[in-house]
Amino acid sequence: MTFSILDSARAEPVTTAPLLSLEDVRIDLRPGVPLVEALSFDVAPGEALAIVGESGCGKSLTSLAVMGLLPKNLKAGQSGKIVFEGMDLATASEGKLRGLRGNRLAMIFQDPLSALNPVLSVGAQIAEVLIAHARMSKAQAKARAIELLGEVGLPRPDLRFGDYPHQLSGGMRQRVTIAMAIACDPKLVIADEPTTALDVTVQAQILDLLTEIRKRTGQSLILITHDLGVVGEVADRMIVMYAGTVVEEGPVAEVLSRPKHPYTAGLLAARPSGSYVHGGQALSDIPGTVPAPDARPEGCLFAPRCARATARCREARPPLDRAGARAVRCFFPVDGALA
Amino acid sequence: MSLTDTSARRAPAARLALPPWARFLLGRLGQAFLVMALVVIGNFVIMQMAPGDLVTVIAGGADMTQEQMADLRARFGLDLPLLVQFWNYVAQLLTFDLGYSYRMNAPVWEVLSARLPTTAALVVLSLLFSVTIGTVMGVVSARRAGTLTDMGINAVALVLYAAPSFVVAMLLVLVFSVKLGWFPIAGLTTVSAGYTGWALVKDMAAHLVMPVTALCTFYVAIYARLARSTMLEVMDQDYVRTARAKGLSETRVIYVHTLRNALLPIVTMAGLQVSTVLGGAVVVETVFGLPGMARTAYDAVFQRDTTMLLGVMFVSSLAIVIVNLAVDLLYTVLDPRVSLK
Repeated sequence: MTFSILDSARAEPVTTAPLLSLEDVRIDLRPGVPLVEALSFDVAPGEALAIVGESGCGKSLTSLAVMGLLPKNLKAGQSGKIVFEGMDLATASEGKLRGLRGNRLAMIFQDPLSALNPVLSVGAQIAEVLIAHARMSKAQAKARAIELLGEVGLPRPDLRFGDYPHQLSGGMRQRVTIAMAIACDPKLVIADEPTTALDVTVQAQILDLLTEIRKRTGQSLILITHDLGVVGEVADRMIVMYAGTVVEEGPVAEVLSRPKHPYTAGLLAARPSGSYVHGGQALSDIPGTVPAPDARPEGCLFAPRCARATARCREARPPLDRAGARAVRCFFPVDGALA
Repeated sequence: MSLTDTSARRAPAARLALPPWARFLLGRLGQAFLVMALVVIGNFVIMQMAPGDLVTVIAGGADMTQEQMADLRARFGLDLPLLVQFWNYVAQLLTFDLGYSYRMNAPVWEVLSARLPTTAALVVLSLLFSVTIGTVMGVVSARRAGTLTDMGINAVALVLYAAPSFVVAMLLVLVFSVKLGWFPIAGLTTVSAGYTGWALVKDMAAHLVMPVTALCTFYVAIYARLARSTMLEVMDQDYVRTARAKGLSETRVIYVHTLRNALLPIVTMAGLQVSTVLGGAVVVETVFGLPGMARTAYDAVFQRDTTMLLGVMFVSSLAIVIVNLAVDLLYTVLDPRVSLK
């Protein structure tokens, strides 16, 4: 799972109009305290984009903002544009959003046990999406839900239809939430850490399933993760988030092999190398911690933890510099291949 | 619920290869039987510990020789060894013979079977109304948490919670019977009218409106507060967010995904209400002059009618055990995680 993916550089120049486009999105916890700021990125039709970052960097908030599911107090502090299929979701009415959610844009959550309603059968939970959006009758929805359970790889889907979440294994449950997400053939699926709550052996199966579905249907996928191994397995392009903003963007193969932002480079260096033998060498780490939203530095957000930081970094915040498919928010980007 | 350890203790039954629901029912019936056995033993002990016995009650102030009293004791079997007496008592109960009340000059069961329906109607109706109204208030309050509506509902609930049922009962009588004359002051039927059929049902309903209301108020407040807090808790659950992420209507999110889960503690509370509401029924039956079982118990205490009191205890324990069994069964319907195994 390590370096084979790097050979297949899948990044093709994006020429078509993006399916989803975030422009300068900002989410304030309270005035002047942004959780997410200056966030801009595009997702092309059929593309798989990975959003990578530590917990608390704003990646889950970003996905909830796209779905229009931010808690009320954060919704009030949201600004910027979230354009999906030509419509700005940030200003769309709740009714419009409801018509899109589960239909054109769907989400897969981290922990399938808590994401599924414990008192409803898994079949009913899939069927209700179809009844809500595809105007199916109960019988049609049931038949289609059983088909979907088969498509996501549940054995004997007709029997599983009436099962309750607690009767299924973790992997099965996540397959059910995937079936729920793809029920109405959405254009964009957002998967928020879909494998974090699962056993390692099941993780790969779920990632394969996500990729297989995307290839078959041409759906776009946003994969939110903190696991760099997962990124290489699934995504075409990746963005790295740090303290609520994008610090690096580019094709997965390039970013993983030639990171430009010191933070990305630090993350990659902190990974255990492919083999389990480190020759007694300790893994490197990034000193310090992510600044809290109300204690973010004036200059570069990463400067306090960066070995390369200069006075300039501490005074001004670097812009996201774009060059071809790559972008980096750094005055002194790292140059050269990873050792 | 202690459903799991029941199955563990009843391991031998597993070998009988019964279907899960039958094993569950058998287990619960076994527990219910145990509870009833304890009630019966308790009753018998109380009867033995009470000063004097049946014969002294009958003898009362009347002049009775020691021989006559001994003769009576022999006739009632009161001279037999304690264990034999206990066995006779159990055998009596098994045929639903609850003994004879010398105060009322009637068999206990005859008195109670005539009065049980009134109390049952009072309890069941107040249960239905308080659960429904309280839950609706709680759901509305939770959906509008923090707004004026929410505060208003909370204020109403607090007043209902604080008002004792006898105060509510007397206020109702004053306003709706004395001043407005909408409802009859007391009793279960208008005896003089001699209604039959549908007219009788309507007449009884009119008589029950205020008693049921008086018995409801406190519990409406309990359910409103319980429903509000559980709804708010469930609304925070991931699966409710999933339901929203699926683009379901708000009605479906609230009533199918949220309320369905919030109902569990409410059902538990309803089971408890049945056991505690009898105390309130004493007050309400007294204020509204209803010929019910609760008031019979109250009267029996003051008239030292031990047989009647024990009869009431036996019948109400039986009712509570049956209701608890029903609540457990309802649990398995509402929450598939509570398995019948």
